[in-house]
Amino acid sequence: MSASRLADGGSDIDRARPLSFTFDGRRVEGFAGDTIASALLASGQAVVGRSFKYHRPRGIWGSGVEEPNALVDVESADGRVPNARATTVPAKDGLVVKSVNASPTALADRNAVLDRFARFLPAAFYYKTFMWPDWHLFEPRIRAMAGLGVVDRDWKPRQVSAQINHHCDVLVVGAGPAGLAAAAGAAAAGHSVILVDDRTHPGGSLRHRAGEVDGVEGTAWAEAIVARLNSGGHLMLSDTTAFGLYDHNLVALNQRHHDGRPDTLWRVRPRRIVLATGAIERPVPFANNDLPGILSADAALAYLRRHGVLVGREIVVATNNDNAYEPASALAAAGALVTVVDCRREGGAQMGTGIRVLAGRTVAAARGHNTVQGVLLDDGTTLVADCVLVSGGWTPTVHLFSQAKGKLAWSDQLTAFVPGEAVDGIGVAGALAGTVSLSETLASGTAALDGFGSSSSPVPHSTGVEATLGVVGLWPKPKAKGRVWIDYQSDVTAKDVELAARENFVSVEHLKRYTTLGMATDQGKTSNLNGLALLAEVTGRAIAEVGTTTYRPPFTPVPFASLAGSRRGSMHAPVRRLPLEAKHRAARGVFQEYGGWLRPACYGNGEARAAIQEEARRARQSVALFDGSTLGKIEVIGPRAAEFVDFIYYNTMSTLNPGHCRYGFMLSENGVVFDDGVLVRLDEHRFIVSCSSSHVAAVHARLEEWRQDRFGRDAVYIHNATAQYATLTVSGPNARGLMEALDLGAALDDTSLPHMAVSAGRFAGDEVRIARVSFTGDRSYEISIRADRAEALWERMRQEARAFDAVLLGLESLMILRAEKGYIVIGKDTDGNTMPHDLGVAGPRTKRTNEFVGRRSLFTEAANRSDRNQLVGLAVREGEAPLATGAHGVEKREGRPRSIGFVTSSYQSPTLGRPVTLALIERGAARHGETIDVQHLGVVRQATIVAPCAFDPEGRRLHA
Amino acid sequence: MQLFPCPFCGPREESEFHYGGEAGNLRPDGGDVTAERWAGYLHMRDNPKGPGREIWVHLTCGEFFAMSRDSVNHKVSGSSTLGKSEHGA
Repeated sequence: MSASRLADGGSDIDRARPLSFTFDGRRVEGFAGDTIASALLASGQAVVGRSFKYHRPRGIWGSGVEEPNALVDVESADGRVPNARATTVPAKDGLVVKSVNASPTALADRNAVLDRFARFLPAAFYYKTFMWPDWHLFEPRIRAMAGLGVVDRDWKPRQVSAQINHHCDVLVVGAGPAGLAAAAGAAAAGHSVILVDDRTHPGGSLRHRAGEVDGVEGTAWAEAIVARLNSGGHLMLSDTTAFGLYDHNLVALNQRHHDGRPDTLWRVRPRRIVLATGAIERPVPFANNDLPGILSADAALAYLRRHGVLVGREIVVATNNDNAYEPASALAAAGALVTVVDCRREGGAQMGTGIRVLAGRTVAAARGHNTVQGVLLDDGTTLVADCVLVSGGWTPTVHLFSQAKGKLAWSDQLTAFVPGEAVDGIGVAGALAGTVSLSETLASGTAALDGFGSSSSPVPHSTGVEATLGVVGLWPKPKAKGRVWIDYQSDVTAKDVELAARENFVSVEHLKRYTTLGMATDQGKTSNLNGLALLAEVTGRAIAEVGTTTYRPPFTPVPFASLAGSRRGSMHAPVRRLPLEAKHRAARGVFQEYGGWLRPACYGNGEARAAIQEEARRARQSVALFDGSTLGKIEVIGPRAAEFVDFIYYNTMSTLNPGHCRYGFMLSENGVVFDDGVLVRLDEHRFIVSCSSSHVAAVHARLEEWRQDRFGRDAVYIHNATAQYATLTVSGPNARGLMEALDLGAALDDTSLPHMAVSAGRFAGDEVRIARVSFTGDRSYEISIRADRAEALWERMRQEARAFDAVLLGLESLMILRAEKGYIVIGKDTDGNTMPHDLGVAGPRTKRTNEFVGRRSLFTEAANRSDRNQLVGLAVREGEAPLATGAHGVEKREGRPRSIGFVTSSYQSPTLGRPVTLALIERGAARHGETIDVQHLGVVRQATIVAPCAFDPEGRRLHA
Repeated sequence: MQLFPCPFCGPREESEFHYGGEAGNLRPDGGDVTAERWAGYLHMRDNPKGPGREIWVHLTCGEFFAMSRDSVNHKVSGSSTLGKSEHGA
């Protein structure tokens, strides 16, 4: 291949602004306005990469998003972008460009030898071969050989990608002639318009194909339309790809910037969408059609007219349609020797000037090593060539239309799938809709506006030469000689497609997955139709019958950083924070996330395990302070509130006296325990549901649902006040002493405030609620105060606590204290089968007569089984370590071991000096005293089933 | 991204909503409900292909409502506040 820059010409480049970058270490010269691909071509670089599987040398094929071969890693001051298409990345001074899948360079790749074994490496070779003993043994090396670009593991975004939500009347995708006509028409009718195009300059094919609109040369007309749109307050987004069309016509756009800013993601909801996405030229099937120097004919014309690059000196054009003649003539006029090999009997000699036409001939094979050197025709003649252009017809870019669930229709006239029946709110125009001539194309743009156009404004019309197509099918043939490449990027040949059909992968979706046809980063933009046509031929079906695979977003790869926007790092799933976080940090709290909340796991700089043990030990001796602010505080208010909580809870709650609390379960309708907690009755019509910290949102939603459905909006009012209050807990033998020292103005004697009662006090002018409930088994007081006033109270508590040798409790030591008492944590000590009677709370099930959530499920056959898993404690043998949480109880039945339940909580108790264990064990409630085998990771130990409560079973300490 | 019409707030993006079940799955009350009837309420869904009436909740306002929606083409034909006892879950 001997591509070179011409002395003049090139509408996109500015010869006054030269630039240079490196490719595989070599210096490449170019001009502002070049893409990496056009600069590489101009510098005569034929081999720009290695293929994915066989490491075949590959050159530039296209001139836009369709490019299957020229993938490069691009490094600049803004970071590194892997697997960029060289055809779409603007050349810039100082870029460091590297070929992918090649080492050390594309030209001298040390894995190139793989290609010699290609005949032994058909589709699915790796999966079939490396089965034994284990694919994972081979996977790392195979993946290393097969990889594309290299991800920069140290990459850190310097800026967050902007994300913009927008709306408009009409969104036009594609600023070619059809899209421009649509945008101009919508604007003239007074509608707000957004016009997007993935190129830097508007015009589409007008920038390199001959065309004249309203008496003006095509490119000038395009620029005038865009100028008019801009001055009219409309939005023209260039370098912007509409990559996804989602439900209810949401269009996602990815906008690239040239100033170092990261890409911007747009989410646009237009009232009408006009798709004018154009069409992509297809390769022509012949042996070795992947050699560097073989390009799309349309791309060659684009490089000539936009970049002043002549792709070869001696050029063969292989085609089946009229559109190849404009490139052929233009390249001849620029000084190349051009021979057109036209498979049609009549050819198109009259359409070209200065070219030789061989009609009724096809190219059978390309010859050459590392770059094309000639072709062999079907009649055995050979032609010398340093460049082969292929023009196998046009494949409309139906991706967005198909994403919108638009059905495709096969067109024999175009030899392609085109949009079928219209989709609501979406118009199609231009080459996408199958138009050929410029006048047809312009008219289709205006027509696609449907009701959003104006009948009074004139339709732009073509005043130049009109294009024709006259395409005939030129599809890959079965049993062809040599290797005919279908999918360049995935290295799929015609033989692979035939193999798939032979092995009965005849559904198009199976073909795709078996051969990887169309699965590369280009998603088969150039290859899919040739593959489908061959599958149709091999299986004796029409192409329309074979159909296409499903089109899914994104149309082209979109950076994750763009999709993520600000939702990254700590903003990905923001944690909820305690009002007193700063205070806990000052006390050397070690923070962890618990159910979405960031809470102190333990305190101190020392080793965590020792700190947790020490906290749990000291809490039993004097007094402990604990921040329980995350506990749910959902208020239920109204004339039917008591009736409501009765329905919501498993336990009867309406009998609760004001000023008191009761522990209870909430069930799901399937009878399974959903949450547990304390219900506070403040007065006749006012309750506070104190649910599990991580369950607040779910409980709130459930309360709302039953309230709205069953009780009516005016009978019950629900307010989730969890975040409004901080709840600070005092627990331990000296808890009352500390409470008295705090002097909150509430009577603390056991008659005024017995266990499970509430009372009101004041602190620094604010009302506080004092509840005597306990999750530790010791006398405890929960003080709830306005969250924004909690800090002063906490300070005061810390200060008074010094006299009591108090300890701060993290969540981990609290877990030990509650496990000593056999208090459960829902979801940890229960699973998706646990019903209340499995936890030893059978009373309401047998006694209640009124309706409650989940009631009927408690009387099903499953609920009545005798072999249900029930909550128990397990005692290990003297001196042994705690059992592993998750260890299974096992027994042998007919010689085979089976699980009889599992350990749910297990801790070393510093107070008891031995482990405490909670478990769900089959028939456990009736088996206290029985010794069972407990197995974990192959080790079997013995444990004795005991009651869940291991510490102070009489509950004396609650009142001590 | 679908647009759902909350009867209280107007059209909002689907990510603000949560599915609540098929409309009309009325809860049978009482202890004498047959096992079959109860299992039907808990587990048996029509899952219609095409138009259907569903319960949704708009998480940002907390209101449950009924929405008529086509499960094939995702067209929403309307939404309304809930009448009494149209519980879906």
